[in-house]
Amino acid sequence: MLRTIRIALALVMIIGITLLFLDFTGTLHLWLGWMAKVQLLPAVMALNLVVIGALVLLTLVFGRIYCSVICPLGVMQDVIAWLHRKTSKKHKYQLTKAHSWLRYSVLALFIVSLVAGVAGIVVLLAPYSSYGRMVSTMLQPLYLLINNGLASIAEHFDSYSFYSVDTWLRSLPALLISIASFAVIFYMAWTRGRLYCNSICPVGTVLGFLSRFSLLKIRFRQDKCIDCGLCAKNCKSQCIDFKNHKIDYSRCVSCGTCLSKCKKAALIYGLPASNKSPKAPEPTTAIDQGKRAFLLGSALAAGTALMAQEKKKVDGGLAVIEDKAIPTRSTPLVPPGAKSLRHFGQHCTACQLCVTECPNQVLRPSTTLERLMQPEMSYERGFCRPECTRCSQVCPAGAIKPVERADKAAIQIGHAVWIKDNCVVLTDHVNCGNCARHCPAGAISMEPMESLWDGVSDNIPVVPVVNTERCIGCGACENVCPSRPFSAIYVEGHEQHREI
Amino acid sequence: MKEKKNNISRRSFLKKMGAGVVATSAVMTACKPSANNPTTTVVTQEPPKGKMTMRTLGDKQVSLLGYGMMRLPTTDGTAARESEAPIDQEQVNRLVDYAMDHGLNMFDTSPAYCKGDSERVTGIALSRHPRNSFLVSTKLSNFAPETWGLKESKEMFENSLKQLQVDYVDILLLHGIGMPDENGDALAAFNGRFMDNHLLDWLVEQRAAGRINNLGFSYHGDIKIFDMLLQWHDEGRYHWDIVLIELNYLDWHYANEINERNTDAEYLYEELHKRNIPALIMEPLLGGRLSNVPQPVAVELKRKDPDRSVASWAFRYAGTREGVASVLSGMTYMEHLKDNLLSYCPLEPLDEEEMEFLHTNIAEEIVGFETIPCNDCKYCMPCPYGINIPAVFVHYNKCKNEGRLPMPGSEDYAQLRREFLIGYDRSVPRLRQANHCIGCGRCVSHCPQGIDIPQEMIKIDKYVEQLKQSE
Repeated sequence: MLRTIRIALALVMIIGITLLFLDFTGTLHLWLGWMAKVQLLPAVMALNLVVIGALVLLTLVFGRIYCSVICPLGVMQDVIAWLHRKTSKKHKYQLTKAHSWLRYSVLALFIVSLVAGVAGIVVLLAPYSSYGRMVSTMLQPLYLLINNGLASIAEHFDSYSFYSVDTWLRSLPALLISIASFAVIFYMAWTRGRLYCNSICPVGTVLGFLSRFSLLKIRFRQDKCIDCGLCAKNCKSQCIDFKNHKIDYSRCVSCGTCLSKCKKAALIYGLPASNKSPKAPEPTTAIDQGKRAFLLGSALAAGTALMAQEKKKVDGGLAVIEDKAIPTRSTPLVPPGAKSLRHFGQHCTACQLCVTECPNQVLRPSTTLERLMQPEMSYERGFCRPECTRCSQVCPAGAIKPVERADKAAIQIGHAVWIKDNCVVLTDHVNCGNCARHCPAGAISMEPMESLWDGVSDNIPVVPVVNTERCIGCGACENVCPSRPFSAIYVEGHEQHREI
Repeated sequence: MKEKKNNISRRSFLKKMGAGVVATSAVMTACKPSANNPTTTVVTQEPPKGKMTMRTLGDKQVSLLGYGMMRLPTTDGTAARESEAPIDQEQVNRLVDYAMDHGLNMFDTSPAYCKGDSERVTGIALSRHPRNSFLVSTKLSNFAPETWGLKESKEMFENSLKQLQVDYVDILLLHGIGMPDENGDALAAFNGRFMDNHLLDWLVEQRAAGRINNLGFSYHGDIKIFDMLLQWHDEGRYHWDIVLIELNYLDWHYANEINERNTDAEYLYEELHKRNIPALIMEPLLGGRLSNVPQPVAVELKRKDPDRSVASWAFRYAGTREGVASVLSGMTYMEHLKDNLLSYCPLEPLDEEEMEFLHTNIAEEIVGFETIPCNDCKYCMPCPYGINIPAVFVHYNKCKNEGRLPMPGSEDYAQLRREFLIGYDRSVPRLRQANHCIGCGRCVSHCPQGIDIPQEMIKIDKYVEQLKQSE
């Protein structure tokens, strides 16, 4: 019974969180957003004391059910292990020694990195974020392609139920890291069940420490045990010492598999003096993870073919539009609500939830080492639209604090810089002013500049003048600038955001 | 309702063909589906024979419906000016025979039509009938300055007779009077084409010699030239037997709203009528806009008379006035021809109340929809900054025409907003949308409709931006 409930809840969580990372319409987080916010590490980052307290209490009462129900990475490993058991009946676990030295070293490294602000290590080790990255880099593209397929079918039938969205590789390093971490975790889970959770994951280590003192535990009833070892052979945590009737509670995730496997009801989940004997439930279905990974591979290949076709389709009557290049920004841009680069860097666990939510193709994982995979902004595909506050609403870690639409208009995250040499007014001798026309803050005006007149053209050039005090750094100007590949006006980030 | 639907279907289909099959299909499906599935094209009624309304032109009787030979069918089933395929002579013969069988005897062509092939094809089709059974009208289309010489222009006329296989034409029109030259000067163009080379005097001689029965002009554009030519008529300097003007119930009072360069048809017609100069009519459907009308307008017309097609109102309107000799319609397909014949076999003239209904209720309502007068000719393209100008206009017009332009505060705003924005992305790639127009203005001089393209782009961009911001 315990196991059935656990499996049901775990499936709800992992499916919910996966959907949260797949959704691009901004509607799902209203219903499922809490699933990201109850994750331990983001809650710690957000200093969400209610969640932290609740999770600590949960562990002290029930043991590490966080790891077997709430954490999507943990559930994913269960699914992988279950798959292995399904495909090969011979696969058995056996008791291993705890890798305490490794566990505590990784935890120490993690804490030091956290305090010292070495984001790269923190984000690599954060379990929920690791899962989020896998979904957003590997699964979401497939999801979007299916959506786009449906959109083109819908278009054929003049339906507006689906609309097409841009798919693009936001960051190759992030994809490679996700594939690598998926490969490592897949291998570990396939062969050794919960090895990752019990030797590397810092959250697992902390909760493992707490769960030693939990009220409810798996306990042996020595009078009934016949020392058959069935429990240990099925324990994904490899923590049951059936000969000595001992369980390493720092590694047990209270999954309940042993309870259901024991034919003699020699194991119970309960208080020290309890005598109840639980029944053995049948396992429920799980997601076909292997198939997903395979489909993803073919989907990525299909995606590139599609893109090539798109390029070929250019009509004879249309000028070719060169892609915009990403300018080098001396200070990275982070979304309104991030408060400052420092605050953002310290809180973000790089789960990519905001990246998958961003409807304007602005957010993408950073590729620089010190901010590895933490999101940053760029405006070559879109700009930070005035009506959108979605990233701030979904962030579970408090790295992007919730921002109201009205407030957003007054948060300065950077300022626009005009690059004379790129401006079409001077290079093509045309009237433009597209940046000024689209500035939502009214920070750009077009002014005649006699000093820039070449003395040959008919008119004195009228060029943009940026009032950097009024500029909020939304990037509308950079996005609509006709100069390609580099815009003639681009946004330079601010370390400290401020209200204007 | 079913019949109406079919009718709109057919019209909009033809209009689309007119708009250019070459245009991407994405443009066509721009906004809301107008339920116009071209395959449902059905004409249920056969036009009766011997019922054609006839008008008098000089000593001849001319059918009220005239066949415009500028959109002749090609072998690949499209209209000639959209296709590279040759004209389907067999099909043209069939159409001409059918038309003449139903009393149509007026054919209008030009050396410029169908990439210069219309006269030859028309000549072949008509040569199979006795010369006195039809009237043929052609034009002096000496637009290119290289043809402004007297010799070249004479050759053009002589060639017309040769191609048409006739020794006289019933009507010869100075083609496109009022259109500006390269510098935007309509008077200079007129003088260059007809006066400085004494071509007009030569044509008057040809009329006297019986090679031209009726001499006139077709008018587009600058009203000063129109007034000047009529003044010459009053002064007895030149006599005009006929004039071709644009007339329909929208152009009557709102020509200026449709196109800044145009003059109200009311003025043009009245000026001709008071001098007893017969009028030939072009654009009775205003390029299809009076058949594919906005849905609320279609509903109102149906309410007035459920049995009449939307287009039939425009045809009856064009033919009602007694000073109209013939209404020219470019017909590509048999269904097209049959439907138009039905309107004039015989004409049921509009009464005053119906005229008033079209002038006020209908015309005002259509003008109220304020579409951009873009007809997707693509002369403005390519935009050096990659904007797909006609696609942006087509999407906007389509939504506007169908009354599906989201207006804040309206009941179905959310749904229409979604449709408009998704439809916009579907019909125009994001990088080619209005917000990327920088207003350089290079397109403006290419637009034959005189649309201030950058201005319209900014308007649409602002509208879209406002839609995006108000969820």
